[in-house]
Amino acid sequence: MAKKKRKVPQTNSSSTADMAFILLIFFLITTSMDTDRGLARLLPPPPQNEQKQDDIIIKERNILQVRLNSQNQLLCGHDYISISQLREKAKEFITNPDNAADLPEKHMKNIPFFGNVMITTNHVISVQTDRGTSYDSYFYVQNELVGAYNDLRNELAKSKFGKVYASCSKEQQAAIRTYYPLKISEAEPRNYGGKK
Amino acid sequence: MGKFNKSGGREMPELNTSSLPDLIFTLLFFFMVIVQLRDVTLKVQFKVPQGTELEKLEKKTLVSFIYVGKPTNEYISKMGSDSRIQLNDKFADVSEVQDYVAQERMGMKEEDQPYMQVSLKMDKDTKMGIITDIKQALRQAYALKINYSALKRE
Repeated sequence: MAKKKRKVPQTNSSSTADMAFILLIFFLITTSMDTDRGLARLLPPPPQNEQKQDDIIIKERNILQVRLNSQNQLLCGHDYISISQLREKAKEFITNPDNAADLPEKHMKNIPFFGNVMITTNHVISVQTDRGTSYDSYFYVQNELVGAYNDLRNELAKSKFGKVYASCSKEQQAAIRTYYPLKISEAEPRNYGGKK
Repeated sequence: MGKFNKSGGREMPELNTSSLPDLIFTLLFFFMVIVQLRDVTLKVQFKVPQGTELEKLEKKTLVSFIYVGKPTNEYISKMGSDSRIQLNDKFADVSEVQDYVAQERMGMKEEDQPYMQVSLKMDKDTKMGIITDIKQALRQAYALKINYSALKRE
């Protein structure tokens, strides 16, 4: 018998594509492309000693009291408002456009790009919650307050530099930040009635 | 001129698919690299609130997570249906938050430590009491940059 020289059969590679496809689809499905988003806030450093806290006295006109009770009702200043109204209220408080006597006092400040301007440097928005307040409404309030600042900064950036705040240069952003400093303080929670 | 000879009934050349697997593999590797398998198993369930003024969380290595919510069905009989805190893989008490932050900070590169961020993933029905306790603990631990995790509201 004559030995025939046999060829090694080549592996059929036509299905590798299919296998790779299956793996690809698996990873496509399991990938969570969600970029984590959130509301960034900066907490105040812990109190160093008790005495220092008492020293800080803020004039009543400079402070905007935002309170949420355990029924998620919002008290802003002296009256109850709905959360959707808060943004306008906060904007009015921060800018004090008419120099009203019950809104924060304005001080002359020299800011690069803007020169000498009158701004409400000492204003503070104080958010106080009850232990029974739901996180959802608290978050909404925070969102609206940060939104008020963002709106103001964007308006200012647009009128001065002709572009939104985010696309301004670092120096311009810093100037705008000094113009509208973010001042949201969070007081210790209290129990305004209602159970824990 | 008989230059263009069409008499030879030309055949359509077959598409060479031998490089197709390589193409697909490239895509596959891309997704494999991008995919970030969650390294903690969630023991609490939460639905984060929605907001409009959100920022992206950048640099995942700088971020530590704290989860707050009701225990999942598996644990509900053991832990009750009250809001619980989850740190890493286990349920924790507020008093452990400070240690957790310190531990997370130790695990970071030294030059990154000041930029540490804590992302709070909390259920929207959580009561503020527990959240305030966490925030106080974070203040004590000097983890001042926090991020309330949320979804974009359309």
